[in-house]
Order: sequence, then structure tokens, then C-alpha cells
Amino acid sequence: MNWPETFRTGAEAVQAHRLRSILTMLGIIIGVSSVILTVGLGQGAQDEVTSQIDSLGSNLLVVSPGSTTSTSGVRGGFGSASTLTLADAHAIDDSTVVPDVERVAPVTSSSVSLVNGTTNWTTTLVGSTVDWLDVRSRELSSGRFYTAAEVASGAPVVVLGPDTASELFTGAAVGQTVTVNGSALTVIGVLEASGSSSSETSQDDTAVTPLGTATAVTGSTGTSISSIYVEGASEHTLGAAYQEINALLLNLHGVTSTEADFTITSQEALIETANSTNKTLTVLLGGVAAISLLVGGIGVMNIMLVSVTERIREIGLRKALGATPRSIRRQFLVEASMLGFAGGLVGVVIAVVGAQVLPSLIDQPVSLSLLATAAALLTSLALGIGFGVYPASRAARLTPIQALRSE
Amino acid sequence: MGARIIELSEVWKSYETGPVSVHALRGIDAHIDEGEYVAVIGPSGSGKSTLMNILGCLDVPTSGSYHLAEQDVSTMTEAELAEVRNRRIGFVFQQFNLLASMPAWRNVELPLVYAGVPRHERRERALASLARVGLAVRADHKPGELSGGQQQRVAVARALVTEPSLILADEPTGNLDSESTTDVLELFDELSSLGRTIVLITHEHDVAARADRQLVVRDGQIATAVGAA
Repeated sequence: MNWPETFRTGAEAVQAHRLRSILTMLGIIIGVSSVILTVGLGQGAQDEVTSQIDSLGSNLLVVSPGSTTSTSGVRGGFGSASTLTLADAHAIDDSTVVPDVERVAPVTSSSVSLVNGTTNWTTTLVGSTVDWLDVRSRELSSGRFYTAAEVASGAPVVVLGPDTASELFTGAAVGQTVTVNGSALTVIGVLEASGSSSSETSQDDTAVTPLGTATAVTGSTGTSISSIYVEGASEHTLGAAYQEINALLLNLHGVTSTEADFTITSQEALIETANSTNKTLTVLLGGVAAISLLVGGIGVMNIMLVSVTERIREIGLRKALGATPRSIRRQFLVEASMLGFAGGLVGVVIAVVGAQVLPSLIDQPVSLSLLATAAALLTSLALGIGFGVYPASRAARLTPIQALRSE
Repeated sequence: MGARIIELSEVWKSYETGPVSVHALRGIDAHIDEGEYVAVIGPSGSGKSTLMNILGCLDVPTSGSYHLAEQDVSTMTEAELAEVRNRRIGFVFQQFNLLASMPAWRNVELPLVYAGVPRHERRERALASLARVGLAVRADHKPGELSGGQQQRVAVARALVTEPSLILADEPTGNLDSESTTDVLELFDELSSLGRTIVLITHEHDVAARADRQLVVRDGQIATAVGAA
């Protein structure tokens, strides 16, 4: 019997026992679709983290006060005072000491209540320099950002995040006035939405003012700041910038690297941390899914063994009519691999549909990987063949008399 | 009579069941020529089923030699035996052994599939063979839609389709009522008169009586040969 005949016979056998074939394929279907979907979910989560962190600025370093020590404590400054000061920011801005830095934006942040008439809204008041806009890769949807002169004079102006603006004002926010702790600030601009929606502290609910204005309205007197955003000259020299800032701050604070009272974080480090968690989860879930695929393969073997026993007379007849052991083996092997492959195909279809439906149900993006899909499909075929070998060789080994005599 | 189709000499078949070995056949000598219609008759346990298996190349003798159409088949491998069965022998079984999921003509073409005959030719030959047993109009019926006698005629059509040297019928009327029995036996008579070589295994004397010659098997040996040799 040639290959086309073998395939036709296999397809007929699969069709003849339609319900059983579908049930047999179920294991493979579930296995394949869950492998593809878990890998897709993991990939989707990684992509999202990467794009979120990228949207903060691509070659950004963040200097924050305190440092995590190896004894799992956090080393801070005296009392609760921040160990970062404006002087640190100015020192980093010096292009001779730190040549690989493009822009520096010292940032203070505090929670304040903005008032417009009877409406009030609590948000984060960020005080910074004009470089904030570039360093954070933000744009304005209306109005303008404050100028260097306004920073120098501590002008009473504020730029609102889009969410904040819509909470406080029904119409255009630009030109209106908000009151913070009794001081009136003129709204001069509204930020464009940042696009990263699911981070915990929204990038779109904020108010940005010149540094001096922020210290004035919140009444903080010290020179300490919450963090320093540093934009490197280029992505390639970010490592060098890191080293330079580290050395400079250690020197300024008069401490050794083991006593560092600040932490410098790069976007890359953030991405890596987030992704390593995602990867662990993906591998774990993918492993469980792979096991279910394997169980599906065993299901195929189980059914094929039942099928051989049940069709023992058919095997005997075919042998009597001239089927060689080889063609019987082929017939059952082809049947098993058809079950495997068909299950794989249905699994892929379900995974593709699931990838469209799932994000709207669980609010998680799914990015289908062609490689994972192809691998799952090939695996299902291989499982069909692999687990078909034993039943097929059992069928082939039957002698025609044994097979014909059985009732 | 024409060429020699079957030549058995000193054929023994033994089965080892534990410490005891059972001799199902104890030195069978027989020959059947082309065009003969021979009945192998004997009570159950006489060894006639074992003889039928060996004649049908479904089994090989423990010792002795079996020539089918001048080919020594007693030393062949399983794959070679499969080919001999396919080309030389047309089987008719007591239980018909038709595949229930396929229409009559697909059942008839089955031996041709294993012979590697192309598809369109298979269908033609299957339909011609069905016409010969008078079932051309039932070609598309599945076995379940046919009477017992009709099913057995489909099985005969399947046995004829490869133009085999030998038609080997194992109790072909064992599952049939008397009307269908007559029907099928008349078909064998007709095939015999057309020059087919037929070996019919049975335990019924009136069935065996229709053959040209009877081989009576008892205790694994040919007891008597009735009729012309």
C-alpha cells in the first residue's frame, strides 16, 4: 500500500470513529493551546514592561536616596532626611566632571491637594527644572512648559497631567488658576498622555512646577530632593555615565562604595528585574502546559491500543488479503500522527482565537510567538508518531490467524 | 486437468503447549490440480482448520514442504507470504469479514489496494467482479444493508478480484440459512465450471458432496480421498 492510500485509510479510520477521535485529540488540543497561550502571555507581559519602562526615557539613570545593603536594610541619611541635595544635582550637571551626561533634572515630589473653586484633587506635585520634560520624554498637548527664567524666579506656574487637568477643569485648563496650600498657581500647559496606563502611580496624574515654586508652596525648607533624573549622552555611554556619577557622589558624600547612601538605577536594570520575574512564571506555566501536552500524547497511545484491540479482525483480514506487517504498522502510525497533528492544528486555532479574546477578559496582552506555535504543532505531530509506534508495532506483530480468530 | 496448484508433502504442524507438544497435522500428503473443486471435510479438532491456515499461507508448517503454484512457500518470510496471499489466494470466510464502514465495491477492491493497482482500475475491476456474482446493483451498499447471502457473495467477489490461482473457502455456508447456502454453493459450482480452482473446508457432508473430490481429515491425517484423484 502506497503513502496516499495509507493516508486515505487513516483519514477514514479517524472519521469512522469521530467522537472518539475528537476526545483523543482533546488532550493534545488543550496542551497545544495552553503552551501557545502561556508563552504568549509571558511574552506579552514582557513586551508591556519593556514598553512602559522605555516610555520613561530610553537612556535614563535615576539617582535615588538610600541604598539597599547586603544585610537587607536600607541605609538612609541622618534621621529621615534625604541624602540627596540640590548640590548633588548641580555637581552632576558639570560637564567636565561628568562628561557623559546630557541633561540633569533634580526632582522633589510631595502629595498635595489642588483646589479649583469647590473642586479639589490630591496628586503628586513634582518640582523640577526645565530639563524634566526631555528627561522624562514627555510632550505637551496644550499650552507650554515653564522656562528657565521661571525656574530661576520661582514663578507661580504649573503644568498639569492630562488626568489631573480633566479632574479639576471641565473646559480648557490653560490660563486657569489652581490653589495649593493657599498659593495660587497659573496653569500654563497640559501634558500629553504618556501611554503607559497600568503602572501603579499614573504618569498622567501629576502637577509639575519649577523647583523653587514647589519648595515654596509645600513649605519645605531644606535643600534635599527626592531623586535626580539623569539623561545620558547616548545609550552606549550610559555605563560610563553611571560610573562617573557613582564616583562623584561617593566623593561628595565622603563615603566608600560599601557605605553608599544613594542608589543609581538604569532603565535596563528595571527591565531585567521585571522580565526575570515574568520569565520564571512563563517557564513554570509553560512547563505545566507541556506536561498536559505529554499527557495528551499518552491519551493518543491509549486510544490507539484500544483501537488495535478493537480492530483485531480488520487487521487479520487486511493481512489475509495481502497487507504486509509494514503496511499495517504504517497504517496505525499514520492514524496516530493524524490524531496528533489534527489536535495540534485545532489547538493552534483555539490559541489564536484565545489570543484575540483573552486580553479583553483579563486585561493582559498576549503576543503570539510564531516559534512557539510552530514548536507546539511539531511537538503534537511528534507525540502522535512517538506514542503511535507501540500500538502500531503491536498491530503489525499480530499473526493473521490470531487476528481472524478473535471474536 | 491442468498444472499442479497445491503440493503438500509430509506436512507436520505442532504446537508447544507447556511441556506437551500437540501435533495438529501428522504428515499430510496431498495435491490439487488447476480447475479442481476439492472439499476438505472432517470433524472439529481433526486438524482441518490448521490445514486451511497452511493452505492459505496464513501459517507455515513445522516440517514438510508446501508448494503453491510451483513455489515453495514453507520457508517464506511473513512479508513474502503476504504477497503470495495477495496474488495467489482468494479467501472466503465463515464470518464474511467485510469491513462494515465501506460500501461493497470498496470491500471488493481491498486486495487490489495491497497489490498496488491504480485507483480507477481498481474500481472497474471491483465492479466487474461484483457483476460476476450478480451484485452489480448493490455496489454502493454497505455490508449492513445486505443479507447474509449477499454479504457472502460480496466476499466471493473480493476473492475473485485478483484472479487468484486458488479460492479458499473456510466454512462459507456456516453462517447462512439454507436458501442462501444453496445460493452460494451454486455460485461455487458455476465458478468451478468456469475453470476456477476451489478448496472448500467444511464439516457438512452435503456441502462437501458438491465438490469433485473430498479430502477427509481425521486426527491430523488424510483418512480417505473420495472421488477422482
